[in-house]
Amino acid sequence: MRLQYPANIKIIRVPCTGKVDIMYILRAFEKGADGIYLVGCMEGECHFKNGNLRARKRVEEAQKILNTIGIGGERAQMYNLSSAEGTLFAQIAVEMTERIRKIGPNPIKLAKKKIAA
Amino acid sequence: MIIADKKPIEEIIEEIKDYNKILILGCNECVTVCEAGGKKEEEILASALRMYFLNKGREVKIDEVTLERQCDHEYLEEIRDVVDQYDSIVSLACGVGVQFTAEQYHSTPIYPGVNTCFLGATEKRGLWTERCQACGQCVLARTGGICPISRCAKRILNGPCGGSTKGKCEINKEIDCAWQLIIDRLKALGRIDEYEKLFPLKDWSTDRAGGPRKVVREDLQI
Repeated sequence: MRLQYPANIKIIRVPCTGKVDIMYILRAFEKGADGIYLVGCMEGECHFKNGNLRARKRVEEAQKILNTIGIGGERAQMYNLSSAEGTLFAQIAVEMTERIRKIGPNPIKLAKKKIAA
Repeated sequence: MIIADKKPIEEIIEEIKDYNKILILGCNECVTVCEAGGKKEEEILASALRMYFLNKGREVKIDEVTLERQCDHEYLEEIRDVVDQYDSIVSLACGVGVQFTAEQYHSTPIYPGVNTCFLGATEKRGLWTERCQACGQCVLARTGGICPISRCAKRILNGPCGGSTKGKCEINKEIDCAWQLIIDRLKALGRIDEYEKLFPLKDWSTDRAGGPRKVVREDLQI
């Protein structure tokens, strides 16, 4: 397929999106990530029954926390696609990058730089 | 176990916003099982608070420690050497843990990070229900193992009342009538004749009516 997608996305592989805890998401932002998104299997097709459904709930919870602390919940998103949808994967990468560009950089990253300076 | 629910982060922020060195103190017992104040929740709260303060341009020291229990002197001693480094503590234990920590460390203000709710059980993940009100005089032997004190809205001992409809309580259609459950259970056990026996007046002095309570076991004391 040789599809192109933005190079600023770092892929972290997990056995199942159900492995991703709220803490992983918050830690990414604390370390300076501008946005994160989870790409899980299609809903109803989780190999571990409901890992992707748990992941969606956790993303929603993380969004609430991010909104409360002023980082912006829309920086965290959940997507579902099948492993045969490479084109969609690339599309989502573009969509997410554009979304984050529009929102701007992670304020935590900027605050850390300011304090260090 | 003791069931607690998470306090909204904004409420915790409001309490501790003026401090600069905060210790988030988790508890490894009941609040861990009901996913309100264990190691995981403590990490999430600490991370959220660190980011909140950074976003406000403040670098606040926020550390995390999870104690095995906060309702025992032995475990609380584990933070004796480090507690002076902090100007406040957010305890994610139940109300007992928060108070015991406050009693041990007089000079550091303690703030609760959870709302302690009741004594209950995990029905399924994410659903906890009340099972005991710690009345101090257990009646479960006579009620087929179903507690009318905690599960009946009126706490009546010779039920059901007139508000029981189709096995549900009048205060909420989703709540089972405890006395309906008791009758069904006694029937299933072949003990329905026991239902005919009236409960004598209950001594409520062992409940909250007698003020703060204590259990004294002289056989265990030296």
